[in-house]
Amino acid sequence: MIATVDGRPLVNMDLVRWHLAASATFLAVSLLAGLAYSFQFNNLYPFGGVEWLSPGRVRLVHTNIAAYGFIANAFIAGMLFAIPRLTRRPILSDGLGWLVLGAWQLVLVLTIVGQLAGYGQAIEWGETPVFVDPLVLVGLVLLVANLATPILQTREEGLYVSLWYFLAAFAWTGLVYFMGNYLPQFWVPGTAGAAITGLFIHDLVGLFVTPIGWGLMYFFVPLLLRKPIWSHALSLIGFWGLAFFYPMQGVHHFLFSPIPMYAQYGAIVATIAVEVVVFTVIVNFFGTLHGRAEAIRGNLAIRWFFTGIVMYGITCFQCAFQVTLTFQKVIHFTDWVVGHAHMVMFGVFGFWIMGLFVELWPRAVKRPWATPRLLTMHYWLTLGGLSLMVVDLTAAGLVQGFSWGSLSHFGESVAASMPFWWVRTVAGLVIVAGQVLFLYALVATARQPSVVTSPRVRPELAGVGD
Amino acid sequence: MERVGSAFLIAGVLTFLLGFFLQGVMPILTLRHVPIATVEQVATPIPATFLQLADDYPAEFRRDFGEPSTPSFVRALELGKATYVAEACWHCHSQFVRPVSKEDLRYGPVSTQEEYQNRMHLPHLFGTRRVGPDLIREADKHSNDWHMAHLYDPRSVAPYSVMPSYPWFFDADRRPTARALALVAYLQWLGSWTQAPEGGTPQ
Repeated sequence: MIATVDGRPLVNMDLVRWHLAASATFLAVSLLAGLAYSFQFNNLYPFGGVEWLSPGRVRLVHTNIAAYGFIANAFIAGMLFAIPRLTRRPILSDGLGWLVLGAWQLVLVLTIVGQLAGYGQAIEWGETPVFVDPLVLVGLVLLVANLATPILQTREEGLYVSLWYFLAAFAWTGLVYFMGNYLPQFWVPGTAGAAITGLFIHDLVGLFVTPIGWGLMYFFVPLLLRKPIWSHALSLIGFWGLAFFYPMQGVHHFLFSPIPMYAQYGAIVATIAVEVVVFTVIVNFFGTLHGRAEAIRGNLAIRWFFTGIVMYGITCFQCAFQVTLTFQKVIHFTDWVVGHAHMVMFGVFGFWIMGLFVELWPRAVKRPWATPRLLTMHYWLTLGGLSLMVVDLTAAGLVQGFSWGSLSHFGESVAASMPFWWVRTVAGLVIVAGQVLFLYALVATARQPSVVTSPRVRPELAGVGD
Repeated sequence: MERVGSAFLIAGVLTFLLGFFLQGVMPILTLRHVPIATVEQVATPIPATFLQLADDYPAEFRRDFGEPSTPSFVRALELGKATYVAEACWHCHSQFVRPVSKEDLRYGPVSTQEEYQNRMHLPHLFGTRRVGPDLIREADKHSNDWHMAHLYDPRSVAPYSVMPSYPWFFDADRRPTARALALVAYLQWLGSWTQAPEGGTPQ
C-alpha cells in the first residue's frame, strides 16, 4: 500500500473498495430477486399481479445482476488490485477508473429498470435491454484500456500466468458481448441465430468469467500460501487448452435442436476435451496447496478459494457427462441444468469472490474484520445452502426428464417437482441468511473506528487465522 | 515486453474467431440457400384462429387491429412476440421439438432448421428450460378463449400450473387489451405452418 510510482500509489484502493461495495450491493439485489422468483414455484409469489415485479421479469434481474453486478464488479476490483502489483505499474488513469466505475453501475441500474419495465432482450445471459448494450461496450473498451495498458507497458521480465488470462479475457469479452447481443438480435434469425446465442451463453462463462477467475486464483492462492505455483508446465497446458477448446462449444446448449448435427458433435467433442484440460489446472492448484493444507483451516480466503476449486472439479466432471447425447435426452430443459448453473456461477466464481472479499475488504477499508466468527458462519451457511440447492435441483431434473419421457401428462411432472421446489426455496433462504451475516460483517468492519496505526501491521489477517 | 503481451491479445482474437467460425458461421452457411422470409410472407395465409379472434372479441379487435387482414395480422404477430419477450415467457417455454424423449408424440412434428428461417425468429426463442410445455406446435391445441382465461388466471384452466397470471393484459372489465389479443394470435400462429390447410396436405 505504501508503494508508489511517480508519486501515484501503485494500487488505487479507493477504486477497489467501491467496486467491492457495488459487488456486495448487487449480490443482495440478485439474491432477493432469485429468492422471490423461487416462491412463484410454490404458488406463493409475494408480488403477484404487479406488472413491474412479474416473476418472468424478476428472473432476468436475478441472473443478469449476478453476472454483471456481483461477479463483474468483484472481478474488476480483483484486477485493479492484482494487475498493478504484478506489473509494478499503476492503471492507465485513476480518472478513467472512476468513470468506468460510474458507467458500470449506470449500466446495472438501467438494466434493472429496463428489464422490470419490459424491455429485456431475448438473449439468455444477455437480457440487458438493447439500448443498454452500446453503453456496456463503451464501458468494456474503457475498462480494457485502463487495465491492459500496465500489462502491455510493463518492464518486468516475462508475464505471469495471471496476466495471460487477463489479456485473453480482455480480447474475448468485448467480441463475445458484441456477437451475442447484436448478431441474433438484428441479423441472424432462427437456428443459426440460436447457434450464436449458444456460443454467447457459453463464452460469457468461458471467456469472460472463467479466465478472469483463474487469473485471480493464480495471483491470490500463491500470494496467500506464500509459495510459488506448483508447475509452470501445467499452467501453460491449462491456459492454451482453455484458449483453444473453450471458444468452440457453444452449440452444446442446444443439443438435439434443429442446428446441424456436425456443429453439435463438434461442440460435444470440444467440451469433453476442455474438461480434461481443466483437470490439469485443478491438479496444479492442489500441487501448490501440498504441504500447506493447514491453511484451509486457518485462512478463510484460502478455504473459499479451494472450496470453489473443488466445486469447479465437480462441475467439470459433471459437464463431461451431461454434454453427451445420452444424458441430454433426459436432462435437457430440466432443473438439472439450473442446478449446474448455480454450482458454476455461485459455487465456483461466487465462492472465489467471497475469498477475495475476505482478503481485500480489510485492506480496502483499512480496518481488520470486526466479526470473524460471522464470516465463518457465512461460509458454512453459503456452502450448506448451495450444496442443498444443487443436489435438490439435480434430482428434480432427473424426475422431470423421466416423467416427460414416460409421456405422462405434463401436469404430473409439475406435481412431482413441487417438493423439490420447496426444498430449493429453503436452500435459497439458507444462502440469503448467510449473505445477511456477510453484508453485516462488511458494514460493521467498515464502520468501526480505525485501530491501525502502523502500516506494517497486516490488519486483514487479524482474527481470521494464519 | 510489449510484444509478449500483444501475443496474448492476438491469440485471444484468433481463438475466438476459430470458435466463431466453427460454431457460428458454419451453421449460417448451411442455410445459405434458404432465403430469410419476411413477416408478411409468414403471415399468409392468415390462420383461422385469427379470424376467430375477430369474432370472439369484435369490439376490442376492431379497436386495436381494425379488420382481420395480412397487415393487421403482421401487427398482431409483432406485438405478440414483443409481449412474449417482455414477459420472458421464453425462460419457461421452449420453442423446438427434439427427436428424442418421445417429444414428437407429445408436441408434434420434430423441428427442422428451415422452418425458423424467417424474421419472426429474429431473435429466435428456442429457450433452454421447460417449466411449462414447449410451444412451437401450440397452434390450435387450445381455443382462443382458453388462452385468454389461461393468461388471466392459469390455474382456472390448468390446476397444476405454476405460471404467473397476467392481469395487466386485461382492462378493468376483464376485457382483453391489444397485448392479450396479440399474444394469443402469436401463440396460435406457432406451428400453424405444419398444419394441413383447408383440404390440402401438411407442408
